[in-house]
Amino acid sequence: MEQVIANGLYLGAQYALIALGLTLIFGLMNVLNFAHGQMYVLGGFITYAVYGQLGLPFPLAVFASGVTLFVIGGLMERYLFRTVIKRSHREESTMLLAAATAFFFDAVILLIFGEKQRGVPKIVKGVFNDFGVILPYDRILVGILAGLCIIAFILALKYTKPGRAMRALAQDRVAAQLMGVQVERYTMLGFALGAMLAGVTGGLLASITGINAGIGGPISIKAFTMIMIGGAGVVGGAIAGGFILGMMESVGLTVLREYGDVTYLVIFATLMIFLSIRPNGLMGKPWG
Amino acid sequence: MIKTLISRRGLLASACIAAVSVSSMSALAADELKIGFVGVTSGPAAAWGTSNVRSMQTLEAIYNAAGGVKIGDKTYMIKVVTFDDQKDPKRAVEGMEKMAQQGIHYVVGPNVDDGAAAVRPVAEKNNIIYFPYAFPKELYTKPASNAVLGMIANYQSGPAIYKYLMDNRGVKKVAFVAANESDPLSQRDGGVTAAKALGLEVVAANDTYQNDTRDFTPVLTPIVALKPDLLVLSGVAPANAPLLIRSARELGYEGLISTETAQDAKVLAEGAGDLANGFISVGGASTPEIASDQMKAFVAKYTEMFGEYNDESNTKVYALDYILETLKANPAAIDNVEEFKKTMDTFSAPNPYLKDPNAKLSYVGMSSFGQKRQVAVPMVVNEYKDGAFQTLFVGTVD
Repeated sequence: MEQVIANGLYLGAQYALIALGLTLIFGLMNVLNFAHGQMYVLGGFITYAVYGQLGLPFPLAVFASGVTLFVIGGLMERYLFRTVIKRSHREESTMLLAAATAFFFDAVILLIFGEKQRGVPKIVKGVFNDFGVILPYDRILVGILAGLCIIAFILALKYTKPGRAMRALAQDRVAAQLMGVQVERYTMLGFALGAMLAGVTGGLLASITGINAGIGGPISIKAFTMIMIGGAGVVGGAIAGGFILGMMESVGLTVLREYGDVTYLVIFATLMIFLSIRPNGLMGKPWG
Repeated sequence: MIKTLISRRGLLASACIAAVSVSSMSALAADELKIGFVGVTSGPAAAWGTSNVRSMQTLEAIYNAAGGVKIGDKTYMIKVVTFDDQKDPKRAVEGMEKMAQQGIHYVVGPNVDDGAAAVRPVAEKNNIIYFPYAFPKELYTKPASNAVLGMIANYQSGPAIYKYLMDNRGVKKVAFVAANESDPLSQRDGGVTAAKALGLEVVAANDTYQNDTRDFTPVLTPIVALKPDLLVLSGVAPANAPLLIRSARELGYEGLISTETAQDAKVLAEGAGDLANGFISVGGASTPEIASDQMKAFVAKYTEMFGEYNDESNTKVYALDYILETLKANPAAIDNVEEFKKTMDTFSAPNPYLKDPNAKLSYVGMSSFGQKRQVAVPMVVNEYKDGAFQTLFVGTVD
């Protein structure tokens, strides 16, 4: 049982970090960023290139992933999403744009990095084996880093000026504008930060699970599942959703293993019932 | 390195455009023989179809550079027409219909069971012979007659591997784990049946995972606790194999790990490193001990064209050659698949990819399907060791 709980906590930390960027973008712009998984993949490949291929230090590689995705996210918001939002009042326009960017990223990543699964050398060797728990040290390290990223992100949102501006935007865009918040600047910053989080997560997890060009879509679906559980647009909801999904997977795969692959069947059935009772998820949107 | 990779790909793109232009000009002089591919070249399973397509395109480049392929009195420039079915049976049907519209009679693919089953009516209606990498026996047994299995099925290689490991490594307890998709599940069921028939104790037969799983520790935790002597990764995708191996080893599993699908040594090296040592899989003309100079030239050309070789192509190199060699044996089959089928029963040609001068290309499958609807490729059972595959044993099928 100790191992099951450890697996669940570790998976939860991974998932929470994946969902954070997605929920930030949704909260700020009401945009379902279908390309979130592809941004994660791109971040993973940048870490693969910098750390795995060029042999530069792992922290530098993850930093490069974050910075690259920050720039890409900013440009996407400025030249794609902002334009579409200005010209179209239909919400599905941004969804279609997000889907198109996802396909675009998929194609570009496949062209540049190829179809193969890629992996990088372990960042820390050895395995912790005590108290009934077996956990490789690199997973422990990545779990801790994921936790630190989440804490840093929450603190930044709470105590910095841009963080407060983004929270104000997420709560009431018009009121924030009337209070002098520079909407366009902070929306772009928020989108860039969301993309950066996806890139950093991809970079961190490339050291554990490797990376391949085809996993962007499934990663996005998993991230959507988490924010459906926790409540779209709410940071705490994304974190809660991540840990709940991680724990459900870990317990389900152990308890239900004799019955074949019913774990996800149970998770999705539970989710449908849960959403019918609580459509906004655990924490919902502040204005929802 | 990345700069090099990107610039190589840029050069490759230019080279491809140039090659297309040259081959288009050449096509004016020689007849063109279109060979189709319908399979998966995008998404998580992209590696399966991409290795098919690139093998075909490499041979296309080699043959066209040599002036084409002589079939009967005519010389043909080869043109490979590809369609990405995205591992979706509906798309596979659409792809096969497009092949039919272009008058193509010979198609490589699809890569998975449901796609191969879905295209069967289209192929039969439009006189298309297709070479799937899918194992359902109904595709290859009568009344079906248009599908030719392009590789060795797990129900052919699995029993041979288990028997070898029982006799040579003392395996007694075996556990199976498979992705929750039609191909891996059917391969797992076949493996469980074969293991039980050999008298092995099957300690896990129902464990599955989602194909897009990234962290397999929760999946493998309960299986490793059962302490099997052999862990079989049924129908495992090359992208998942290193992750499963790594998780199992990190959880303290010390037994053997095997699969009946082809894998790529570099992917294993990057994803699992030394933890993959001892991993057993099935390949084609894959190891230096058995590969001919022509195989080495193929690998060199593939690497030149695409930057990096894929070991899965050790098996996938064969399909296009089987089509061309059979057409050479009976030129009337060029637009008549019934002639092709007749020729399959007696066809035999030297195997260009093996050192052994007695190795032959021929159609097999009488034992499994009651008719010759499978290409004969060497069943090379490999063991991964320090970044490369070593031949464990070589078997044959029929």
